[in-house]
Amino acid sequence: MTESRVDVVVIGAGHNALACAAYLAKTGRRVQVLEARSRPGGAAATRAFADGFRVSSGAHLLTQLNPGVARELALDNHGLVPAAADLSTIALAPDDQPVVISGASVRGVSAADQAAYRRFHDQNKRFAKVLDGFFNRPLPSLVQRNWRDNLSLLQLGWSLKRLGKDDMQDLLRVGLINIYDVANEHFDSALLKAAVSMDGVLGAHMGPRSPNTVYGYLYRHMGDYYGMQGPTVVRGGMGAVGQAFAHAAEAAGAVLRCDAPVAEVLLENCRAVGVRLASGEVIRAGVVVSGADPKTTFNKLVGYRHLDAGFARRIENFRARGVSAKLHLALDGLPVFTGLREDQAGQRLLIAPSMDAIELAFNHAKYGEFSPQPVMEISIPTLHDDSLAPEGKHVLSAIVQFAPYQLRQGWAAGKEAFLEQVMAQLERYAPGIGEQVLAAELLTPEDLEAEFGMHGGHWHHGEIALDQALMMRPVPGAQQYATPVPGLYLCSAGSHPGGGVMGVAGRNAARVVMREEKSA
Amino acid sequence: MNSLSRDEAQQRVLQTPFAPRVRKACQVNDWYTWAGYTTANSYEDVGLEYFAARNGTGVFDLSPMTKYRITGPDAEAYLNRLMVRDVRKIAQRRVGYTVWCNDEGMVHDDGTLFHLGDNDWRLCAQERCMDWLCCSALGYDVTIEDETRAVAALAVQGPTSCATLRDLGFEGLQHLKPFAMQAFPFADGEVLVSRTGFTGDLGYELWLEPRHALDIWDALFEAGKHHMIRPMGSKALGIARIEAGFIMAWEDFVPAEQVVRHGRGRSPFELGLDWLVDFDKGHFTGRAALLRERERGSRYRFVRLDVEGNKPAEHSFIQNARGKVVGHVTSAAWCPTAKRNIALASLKMPWGRETDVLFAEIYYTRELHWTRVLAPCRVMQGPAFDPPRRRLTPASDR
Repeated sequence: MTESRVDVVVIGAGHNALACAAYLAKTGRRVQVLEARSRPGGAAATRAFADGFRVSSGAHLLTQLNPGVARELALDNHGLVPAAADLSTIALAPDDQPVVISGASVRGVSAADQAAYRRFHDQNKRFAKVLDGFFNRPLPSLVQRNWRDNLSLLQLGWSLKRLGKDDMQDLLRVGLINIYDVANEHFDSALLKAAVSMDGVLGAHMGPRSPNTVYGYLYRHMGDYYGMQGPTVVRGGMGAVGQAFAHAAEAAGAVLRCDAPVAEVLLENCRAVGVRLASGEVIRAGVVVSGADPKTTFNKLVGYRHLDAGFARRIENFRARGVSAKLHLALDGLPVFTGLREDQAGQRLLIAPSMDAIELAFNHAKYGEFSPQPVMEISIPTLHDDSLAPEGKHVLSAIVQFAPYQLRQGWAAGKEAFLEQVMAQLERYAPGIGEQVLAAELLTPEDLEAEFGMHGGHWHHGEIALDQALMMRPVPGAQQYATPVPGLYLCSAGSHPGGGVMGVAGRNAARVVMREEKSA
Repeated sequence: MNSLSRDEAQQRVLQTPFAPRVRKACQVNDWYTWAGYTTANSYEDVGLEYFAARNGTGVFDLSPMTKYRITGPDAEAYLNRLMVRDVRKIAQRRVGYTVWCNDEGMVHDDGTLFHLGDNDWRLCAQERCMDWLCCSALGYDVTIEDETRAVAALAVQGPTSCATLRDLGFEGLQHLKPFAMQAFPFADGEVLVSRTGFTGDLGYELWLEPRHALDIWDALFEAGKHHMIRPMGSKALGIARIEAGFIMAWEDFVPAEQVVRHGRGRSPFELGLDWLVDFDKGHFTGRAALLRERERGSRYRFVRLDVEGNKPAEHSFIQNARGKVVGHVTSAAWCPTAKRNIALASLKMPWGRETDVLFAEIYYTRELHWTRVLAPCRVMQGPAFDPPRRRLTPASDR
């Protein structure tokens, strides 16, 4: 079989992997990116799902893309064009007025709630600033620290201290509790509380009462600090984001190859020296950077046998079971949501009537069942972007929870029934929507795993909870992008800070590789 | 056989299959608990028991030793990743001494690995370690079974042990080489005999079904009647193993899994087991950490000290010529056969070189009167007791 040699092999062409490749290629390294699928972008993807209809098949809104990464990689020059920015979040009520959140202001709630939300929003922005400092660097190792770690700790400690006494105490208090309690502390409106807590549980195996949900909320609201007033819909769907990252990487000099699945990381004398493709082709490299999730990287590509047993156990215990399903509807016309003006339908819509409703929906997931009354985040991108559907037709994309990866009855048996429940729930909020459906597609976590190669179909590559976040992400021993296997690095959502189309993990990883592998 | 019966589960300590005989033989009521089992510290007189193992035959009830049966298509590959030594070099029907480490290269425990057959192994260890064995099994097709209760074991040690066992009917045993094993028929079953032990002398270990335990005990003592046989407890065994220079978990190192304070574990290098570590065999748990240690140097050195005088230097600090504490004794005993006062010690690097002048700070009391002596120590190269008969094959059978 053929054998070639480059400086860096990057496994996968998800947006973080491409960011990492771009930064490394900028330094003059020969970088080869290998993607298993036929298109780059990973879960930032657009594809057809019905005749004439296209949709963002993974992530569907841009909420927290790091502006530094976007600027440094000139993503806007590479085709990242917003179709609509600063979307409002609208919490729907089947028989009442919706609550509309736009940046720091809220409509549809009492004056007291409006003021409370502004305070809440402003404080979270200050917290996000601190988190931004945490996110933009490899976090210090807690056990075997070097001078760099100590300096990092000092700087991070100082950034906390600078919050001032009240904010610092608040952050340390709410950081470990749940969004249910925090929302109750601040607000009266059930819909507003539900909308806030949705941001704490989206993508997570958590209900509003679960610990870590405040951290999840803050994580999702990094965009507030980045200057966004709400999510962005990208022209051409999220695939355009993936493409922009790919173009940026190629412009920097990285070589991208699609349809080239990696079968294993090659080891010699316990060091990573390249990869073997499924085709048998060998590509040797001084450095291997994995954009695959930690479980896939260490269990499938490296193999537990080549790792220390304690480390293998930590990877095995890394929680990465998705609970989010993705619904795609091709619609004959614009659905009519009760209480919603037509010009509001293009915003970010939430079906989550109350925190208890979310918690009850989550309860089922704990026992391996799907939620009979699921909660949803809905986007109708065709209101901003006419390239996705024929004229007059629309596409509805929704993240639906809770759909546990390990469904007790199995998804082969359960998928139809779940789709029925999902449609029934939609019908409660948009009567008649069922008759508008030309085609429907439901991607369960199992489908998402197959489509994007993410273990457990988890879009963060693993739960974002404090025991597997920050300096413990994904696990101690691999938390600074370097792994126990010399020459092998991690660069994607499974690493600090985590998932969402952000690009920070890729950039941090590239910086570590530059520092550690001067010769590569 | 492996699960506890209802009655047993309600007992605070378990009884070994030899318990009726052990209880009868133990005249001084000196017990302790080993891995959940009642075990005799001594039977009658520690000195007599020690000398049985050195001049005749000492019999030690080894049943509480934890025994794991490791089988399955990946058993060898699994063990090779678990252990620091290359287990592929342990031929079938042979036994290998080995240690295993955690990710940081700190020793979990030491033990003996029996290569019973094709991908069929038995690991004998002092401490229980099922958790670590299971954790290490991720990615391997192996079955790990705790057969501690399914296998009764006796150590039969001393210069007349071969003769005793031959009189018991194990004909041809004298040809068994050190670290080899052989099965002998007994009653309606068989007994597996390995030429292994913890005394540093000629000796064997018997592995058998618990239902044969009492018959073997009786037959053994009958056969050993004229070979100066005697049951020995842990205290006598302890002296013998210190004399032979063997380390022991909880005495000379704390099992890595039990260490609470960071840095209190010991690596194989720090226990004088450099010879076991094989960096050329491929990956094993702790390899990266041990490679780093080899490059950067160890923190401690394990030494065997010949201490002047006859006061055992138990728990003593070791000082250098300037009176600075450079380490401590982990186990110590006056060793009658070597006629030396031996101490095993853990010294901070670089102390413990052959030419270093060292002193053991020994405290002892005579009629409530405490005395402190600084006993000069000499670093020994090799164990104090290592008789040729230990390795001689055919084994001496006087």
